[in-house]
Amino acid sequence: MFKILNIFNLLFLVSFAQAQVTKGSLLIKNGTILTVTKGNMENADLLVENGKITKMGKGLVAPAGTQTIDATGKFIMPGIIDAHSHIGIDVVNEASRPSTADVWVGDALDPLDLSVYRALAGGVTASHAMHGSANAVGGECETIKHRYGTLNPEEMRMEGAPRTIKFALGENPMRVHGEGNRIVPATRMGVEQIFRKGFEDAKAYMAAWDLYEKEKVKNPAALKPVYNKRHETMAEILKGNIIIHCHSYRSDEILMLLNVCKDYQIKRLVFQHTNEGFKVAPELAAYGAMASVFADWWAYKFEVYYSTAYNAAILTKNGVVTSINSDSEEYIRHLYHEAAKTQRYGSLSDEEALALITINPAKQLGIDQRVGSLEVGKDADIAIFDGHPLSIYAVPQFTIVDGVVRFNRSKDAADQRLQASATRAETGFFLHKEQHNHDRCLEGAFENTATFFGLERE
Amino acid sequence: MKINVVFTLIFTLALTHSFGQVKKSTKGTFALTNATIETVTKGTVSGTLIISEGKITALGSNVTIPSGANVIDCKGMFIYPGMIDGGTQLGIVEVSSISLTDDSDELGELTPHMEAITAFNTSATAVSVTRVDGITTTLVVPQGGLFPGTASLVNLVGYTPDQIYAGFKGVVLNFPGAGRRGFWDRRTDEELKKEEEKALKQLNDVWTEALYYVQVTDAAAKDPSIKVASNPEMARIAEVIRGKMTLLIETNKSSDIEAAIKWAQDKKVAKVVLTGVAEGWRVADKIAKSGFPVITGPIIALPTRESDNYDKAYANPGIMSKAGVKVAIRTNDQENVRNLPFHAGFAAAYGMSKEDALKSVTIVPAEIFGVADKLGSLEVGKLASIMVTTGDPLEPKTQIKYLFIDGWIVPLDSRHIQLYEEFLNRSPGLKK
Repeated sequence: MFKILNIFNLLFLVSFAQAQVTKGSLLIKNGTILTVTKGNMENADLLVENGKITKMGKGLVAPAGTQTIDATGKFIMPGIIDAHSHIGIDVVNEASRPSTADVWVGDALDPLDLSVYRALAGGVTASHAMHGSANAVGGECETIKHRYGTLNPEEMRMEGAPRTIKFALGENPMRVHGEGNRIVPATRMGVEQIFRKGFEDAKAYMAAWDLYEKEKVKNPAALKPVYNKRHETMAEILKGNIIIHCHSYRSDEILMLLNVCKDYQIKRLVFQHTNEGFKVAPELAAYGAMASVFADWWAYKFEVYYSTAYNAAILTKNGVVTSINSDSEEYIRHLYHEAAKTQRYGSLSDEEALALITINPAKQLGIDQRVGSLEVGKDADIAIFDGHPLSIYAVPQFTIVDGVVRFNRSKDAADQRLQASATRAETGFFLHKEQHNHDRCLEGAFENTATFFGLERE
Repeated sequence: MKINVVFTLIFTLALTHSFGQVKKSTKGTFALTNATIETVTKGTVSGTLIISEGKITALGSNVTIPSGANVIDCKGMFIYPGMIDGGTQLGIVEVSSISLTDDSDELGELTPHMEAITAFNTSATAVSVTRVDGITTTLVVPQGGLFPGTASLVNLVGYTPDQIYAGFKGVVLNFPGAGRRGFWDRRTDEELKKEEEKALKQLNDVWTEALYYVQVTDAAAKDPSIKVASNPEMARIAEVIRGKMTLLIETNKSSDIEAAIKWAQDKKVAKVVLTGVAEGWRVADKIAKSGFPVITGPIIALPTRESDNYDKAYANPGIMSKAGVKVAIRTNDQENVRNLPFHAGFAAAYGMSKEDALKSVTIVPAEIFGVADKLGSLEVGKLASIMVTTGDPLEPKTQIKYLFIDGWIVPLDSRHIQLYEEFLNRSPGLKK
């Protein structure tokens, strides 16, 4: 479909600093629309003009020549959003210091990552490309739209999405820095102090700049403070301009970060994984902190041993804005199924279950005014299934981003790669046994990844 | 009848959670009435199913309820056979990142005599977490070297190896293959080829030695003057050569699958099951021609090559099944074996018939393991390994209401459920 043009074109496209986002128009006819926020509409049409939903209702007419999709017997839902993934980037961890607030995943976007196409094939239109969990303070993340086909990394960014940053608690930073490098943190006590020191440094840094700005008026020769990107980023968190997304498992460490945030008046806080979030759901709800969880992952390491598959249901029923994420290029392909598991484990309603993968992750990423539900005025990010998306037998048929059909099951051909990558032997055979024993979050945190993944047994 | 109703009420109360009580599995005579009975092998029947002495003693619309039976009204509910997972590490791996809780992988390439059932922790948290979702029987498979050990089929109720053993054992062979294990596996093609050749030579050397062991022990049986030193490795492989034990050949890459079929045919191995078989769809006709049954999975997985369609792992069981291969489905998981029905469901969504998908986790594995007289369908005389559900067991929304394993009614309780009950409305809540 979108085969590589040639190197010249590639360079030409990359040279655009501000990407032109491709937008489309189309008419989806006669389906069951699951708006998620405003109920369902039977035998209804949905009109998309220039990348936005402009009309929803019966008997809609589009201008001549508009592409039409017959959705008779099909279900139309908002494009699925994954609040935690590592696809579309070619590096995950800057695992060199306990705090690397100065790095940004957005510098490492990879439009060639086939995982983006495969996520589209599961109805997923946007994801949160996150830094890994090797450091207590990881890097800034990037909210991407799945505009697979573009060769321009700039076009992957969801323009206007708020800044987010990855924090991490527990075993991963303890393992990488405490066990691995013999530096703090080796314990959950140490992890707390990384944040406190980081915020104290940022406050001092802001004060130094404020002082300088005042001095400058009186004394044009006043000495400028030294620029420090790490402190800058932490200061932006204190100012409320960056949302914290924190890798976490145990309830004690979740409460720890809640308390740190209380002390620094930080309001925008989302816990990631949050396996023991169910134990502190009242505290999370009272603070307004949100939670992004796995449907049923547990027991792959000790800090997730006391988990329950009812986590999402308990959090939801206690009033916590909850999403289900993948953290995996495999799981991202069936988040609709992961959401359905909350009906087995906790009997959530269809609307509650669908919210876990649409409007709720949109809220967590601060993009709910744009995506996450089917409403007039919102971006035309849409997934069309041949059955109810919470049924095991449902198969995604079309996935649409900004009104452009990016996945069409009837046109799926064997090889959807845009270009062979120099760093991967893609036509090789890989047996993917789910690596439950480690997080994808830790990729790149160890020099010898082969040893890390247990390849060398002897 | 009135007495029965009262009894049912008491019984139901006894099953539901009551403060301070430990829930235990019990045995008895049960009448499951007014149910839709999905037998799997003999169609759908409306009526009653009777369980007595651990077995299904009657089922149908015209069934007499034995006096003293515990009557469970299953109006609006469905009865299915319990599901069988044809390949797991459930019970032998507790927390996979902590190596001392992982008993699946013994040192050495040649350890066929290692018994997975020996290391099966019947009280592992994951056991009850698994069975409450209707998985009643699992194959416990050791992993690692060339001959990593002997797999056992177990029923997920009981406390000793004898109590859980479900009547099948098989020797595992990890057939030499050239596959990379992930993007991080940076071995060159030459290195892979060399390793494969070395492993194949090792396999053939072992086999030759085992054939010799068979000859010597046969001779020793006739001539007491011949003394044979203890050799548990060869003794176990000899059982395969003598046709007494099944060889479970794990193989995934298409060229390896073909090589494994040819190898097993050349060696005239009597009982062969192919496991894994991730690229079976590429060589489905050849597998069908061999007549070897297949246990494949996980199904909810990535394709094995980036150049393949995104849905090839989902579609694999259906393609093989349509080519005439006998296909059972496994999770190859440990703590999330409970997802077995969903793996079968994805197979059905992507090309396998719903009927075959259900069979692939019930009667087909029972047949492959030679226990179809006891498990895998609802028929008179079979063990009562059954689940009572609110609907299609492959659908996530469906709830399981009653569970019997090997004739025992098992409490629908697990740590995941206990945590739900404790924390849904936590006490103390926000304020103490």
